[in-house]
Amino acid sequence: MSSRVEILNDGGYRSDGRRQYELRDITIDLSPRGTADGSAMITHGLTEVMVDVFGPREAKLRGQTLHDRALLTVEVGIVPFSTGERRKRNRGDKRILELAATIKQTFEPIVQTNLYPRSEISIFVSVLQQDGGLLPASINATTLALLTAGIPMTDYVTAITCGVHSTAPLLDLTTLEENDLPHLTVASLPRTFKVTLVAMETRLHVERVSECMKIAGEAGKVLHQEMKRAVEARTKRLVQAMDMAPRIGGVGGGVDRDVDMDEDNQT
Amino acid sequence: MVEITIRKRPREDAAVTQRKFFKKTARGKVIKVLRERYLRDDVSCGIQRCGLCTSDVEATLPPLGTQDHKTLLFGHYVVPDTNVFLAQMDLMESPLFTTPIILLQTVMEEVRHRSLPLFNRLKALVNADDKRVWVFYNEYRSETAVVREEGESPNDRNDRGIRKATAWYNTHISLARPPVRNQSKPPVTTAVLLTDDVANRQRAEAEGIKAISVRRYIEGLKESNQLLDLLSAMGEDIEPTRAAAPRHALYPEYLPSATVLAGIKASQLHQGHFNANQYNYLEGSVNVPAFEKPVLLLGRENMNRAINGDIVAVEVFPESEWKAPGDEVVDQETMLKNDDAEDSEEDERDDDAAAKAEERRIVQAQNAKRLAAEKQPTGRIVGMVKRNWRSYVCHIDRTSLQSSNPTSLSQQTVFATPVSRLLPRIRLRTRQAPTLIGQKILVTIDRWDNTSRYPEGHFVRALGKVESKEAEQESLLLEFDVPFRPFGKAILDCLPKEGDKWVVPPKSDDNPEWKDRTDLRDLLICSIDPPGCQDIDDALHARPLPNGNIEAGVHIADVSRFVLADTPMDSEAASRGTTVYLVDKRIDMLPELLGTNLCSLRPHVERLAFSVIWELSPEAEIVGVRFMKSVIASKEAFTYEAAQLRKDDPNMNDDLTKSIRLLNSLAIKLKEGRMKAGALNLASPEVKIHLDSAESSDPVDVEQKQLLETNSLVEEFMLLANISVARKIQETFPQTAVLRRHMPPPPVNFDKLKDVLLKRKGLSVDVSSSANLAASLDKCIDPSEPAFNTLVRIMATRCMLSAEYFCSGSVGRDTFGHYGLASPIYTHFTSPIRRYADVLAHRQLAAAISYSPLHPSLHSKSYVERVLDTVNRRHRMAQMASRASVEFYVGLALKARGKAGVVTEDAFVIRTFRNGINVFVSKLGIEGLVMFKREIQFDAENYCVTVPNPDGSGRTSTISVFDKVKVQIEVEKDPNTQRGKVKMTLLEPVNSSTL
Repeated sequence: MSSRVEILNDGGYRSDGRRQYELRDITIDLSPRGTADGSAMITHGLTEVMVDVFGPREAKLRGQTLHDRALLTVEVGIVPFSTGERRKRNRGDKRILELAATIKQTFEPIVQTNLYPRSEISIFVSVLQQDGGLLPASINATTLALLTAGIPMTDYVTAITCGVHSTAPLLDLTTLEENDLPHLTVASLPRTFKVTLVAMETRLHVERVSECMKIAGEAGKVLHQEMKRAVEARTKRLVQAMDMAPRIGGVGGGVDRDVDMDEDNQT
Repeated sequence: MVEITIRKRPREDAAVTQRKFFKKTARGKVIKVLRERYLRDDVSCGIQRCGLCTSDVEATLPPLGTQDHKTLLFGHYVVPDTNVFLAQMDLMESPLFTTPIILLQTVMEEVRHRSLPLFNRLKALVNADDKRVWVFYNEYRSETAVVREEGESPNDRNDRGIRKATAWYNTHISLARPPVRNQSKPPVTTAVLLTDDVANRQRAEAEGIKAISVRRYIEGLKESNQLLDLLSAMGEDIEPTRAAAPRHALYPEYLPSATVLAGIKASQLHQGHFNANQYNYLEGSVNVPAFEKPVLLLGRENMNRAINGDIVAVEVFPESEWKAPGDEVVDQETMLKNDDAEDSEEDERDDDAAAKAEERRIVQAQNAKRLAAEKQPTGRIVGMVKRNWRSYVCHIDRTSLQSSNPTSLSQQTVFATPVSRLLPRIRLRTRQAPTLIGQKILVTIDRWDNTSRYPEGHFVRALGKVESKEAEQESLLLEFDVPFRPFGKAILDCLPKEGDKWVVPPKSDDNPEWKDRTDLRDLLICSIDPPGCQDIDDALHARPLPNGNIEAGVHIADVSRFVLADTPMDSEAASRGTTVYLVDKRIDMLPELLGTNLCSLRPHVERLAFSVIWELSPEAEIVGVRFMKSVIASKEAFTYEAAQLRKDDPNMNDDLTKSIRLLNSLAIKLKEGRMKAGALNLASPEVKIHLDSAESSDPVDVEQKQLLETNSLVEEFMLLANISVARKIQETFPQTAVLRRHMPPPPVNFDKLKDVLLKRKGLSVDVSSSANLAASLDKCIDPSEPAFNTLVRIMATRCMLSAEYFCSGSVGRDTFGHYGLASPIYTHFTSPIRRYADVLAHRQLAAAISYSPLHPSLHSKSYVERVLDTVNRRHRMAQMASRASVEFYVGLALKARGKAGVVTEDAFVIRTFRNGINVFVSKLGIEGLVMFKREIQFDAENYCVTVPNPDGSGRTSTISVFDKVKVQIEVEKDPNTQRGKVKMTLLEPVNSSTL
């Protein structure tokens, strides 16, 4: 019986054997897919999200173009088999639209859209499996996909959920924990330590909020390291590949910028 | 700053680190659930000074284990399996069981899954100071985690996990303490598997793990004798846990309503109200017209989901199966404390099998050698005619909670224990359980399926903290269904427009107010009431007449002048029925302006009244009686005490005092006459609460109400007025007069009391008529014990029926009588401010003297019947509410009085049970149970129990009904429900605190 699970037992273990401040296993796959300009697949435990980025390119709908910056469009698709209970969600589903809007708002101030006036950057988020932390996983995957697409951003965006059990904060909640605990999702910029999104759907005691924010910010730094490692590894592979084929053409531009940004981070 | 890390989970062994299972939802949908599990190497073993493990919590296991065992000669820890905790929790909790325990996570989770109350006890055990228990999270340690294999039952998987963890401990200990060269090998400490499952033991032995049964292990301990007592019998050969079986019916289905109705018509079934037994939750009864004694229902199945107050259809068993009611106190909370709120699929589990067996034993115990005379018709409920469910005031049972974490938002199934002992626990689903603990809450029952042991309900609202006055007051009003909303605008609009400025207009012939009203303003009228009374509805006068007779008058507030028929105020008053008096609050039937001002016969102001004036002979025989609407001006409002003082003061000789003396002399004669006719002098335990001040309303003390001569003065004249009015309205309206009657009690009601009195005191009571009863009650005296007579009267009162209002056309003329007052006819006329029946009587009397025409509704028998039904119910509820309010304050006063809330008082035994006695503390007016945990001898025939003396001398004391004992009374809080309970312990003749 699922309700019979202790969220945090007396030994300090959560129901899946983690401790309070331990994040779930994260795997990152940045290999290119199809015609997408940038793509990333990330798993947080059993939550699996795939993001493809197209653009900057000419906007599909002329009428929507903005004269001074690029248009950011986000579309989210959740496959019916992503949860235990099969459930088909339409594209017009309010939850999905809200999720897409949240991702869009999160990235609008970070992506340097002003470099690409009258163009469009499309982000397609596909949720393959869900086990809590859907929004943070989507945000993290979008960050990585934008990076691999070579779209300039001011910083990484890392997101994590933080819940509170009695007075103890817990990081990176599973579905089981999300259902039981008040929690908030924090998306932060790890280098500047700024926060770009806080989402909360449950009631959380006001005294707990600042602690949660702080811990989520710290967790963001840890995530940043993990994501950076993956991006570095990919870049290294690309550079090696380029070394082997010494024809440096127009394609390299995006990659260079990618590397630039990375070095920038290390300093 | 805390360290934040990412746990890595090797993807290759998804078999170990992921768990996939299917789950069926309540709607029958199957869901696939996938969970992951992070295995770690830093789970501590809990052995002190272990070289391999570190732990941020202090390790609790001594490095060498325990060596105090006769057969296990090496140092050891025990690793009990799940069934040990499920079956032998008492043993594990015993302070004599000192072996260090390794509690595996697998075991803990299984216990949690099977029974939350047991799990909570287990958690308390882990945290107990005198216990050495270490919780080892074996499922999270990489070496000890097990995965369920194909075809393996969950139970086998858990057993395997327990064995694996035990084996791991053994290797871990040897690794942590490698033998030092050149030294003799230190004795190896071992983890011993403690299990009663034979198959599990065999497998363990095969794997080289030491395993032992609980009994064998205990036998080897030092205090084995005492510990063996605690060993539960069911632990002997336990079967492996049954897989979840499909839900099966726990109760028989109800018959379809058509069949029930046909059965009742054919007198095969009987219909009646279900009454639960407050001492034994496994027993109930139904009063049916076909039998003299109520039909007894024994056991859950026969009570078949009935809740106190339901109208049920009963099938009566053949006479050979009739049984006698139980003589044991059975408390459902203690019996079923290990029951699980979320039992849905797993009813009939092993752990509650014990409770069920106990229940069966209790039900069957009744059968054994009881007197045939005590046997009652016995039956079972086969159908439900009408449910009478309402909202119940409850507390959340703390032990049924899964998580008391205040931030938890998860839905939990918990037990709500109703305040009333007559109701079963209610199963409740709520998301706010942790915040509701310690609060009074309102719960409604939704349904009770025959597959569910408990009714299911839902949370309505919280009333507030337990023991806060507001919450207690509100819960009391709700519990007794007292309407307490403030009066609405439509009702207040019915009041006179002048408000409190309203006065009787100056006398003139053309004023409608004075039409047909007699001017009695010159009479020396006074009122006598309890202190602090604001709603004065009666006043009196008396004066000698020139012919030697005496004129006496009773003047009642003319409420029907203000409360006109068929107005919103009238219908509200009809639905409220009566004013309810709580210790610290009064819930009015009529708006305050009327009750305490315009109608109230306050002194020195002119008021409208309805007067009854008699001409009485000096011997207090009625020569003539007149009824009239009048205007009076009361000269004085006395309290009982003040009137008494004035009467007794020889220096006072004014006319008012003389008229009081005159009234008094008449009252004495009236009373004499009434007693001669056979009126009963009944007694009920009445106490008075002294409040500190009106604002704080903290009770300071409790004392018994004192009755003065003036009390009886007022009472006699009110009775006289009521009887006179009853005669008049019955004459005028033989079909619809509002009357009150008290049916003579069926003689069987007294059987028990007669028997007890005869056997214990050699006294007899004659119940053939009220006069005989009154006479024989007078003889029930114990010269050494003045309070004995009162006690007998109280007990006799309880054998009687309650008085009721009725419509004269609805019952036979021969049943009009009032048994208690020994009057052939009676009504209520004298308190129209606080009783609605009196308002109706006023209207009928006004019509009877042709003052005003009778409202058509009062000509309708069905209308009067319907109104009186509500009034009767409200009246009963109001009495219970005020009694409950007094009880609550007595509890508070007890707390305030003795130090630490402990008070010692004299008490009388009024009933004996197989496992306890019921005592009555007359000084406080409360009743309580003294329960004995240990075996006592119970003699049902002689109504006594024999209790061993706790000093071990082997002497015994016999306590029987009517014995005077000393009890210690304290108010203790039930730890689970947070409700205050009066707990009584016997001090004399024996101290029962250890029994």
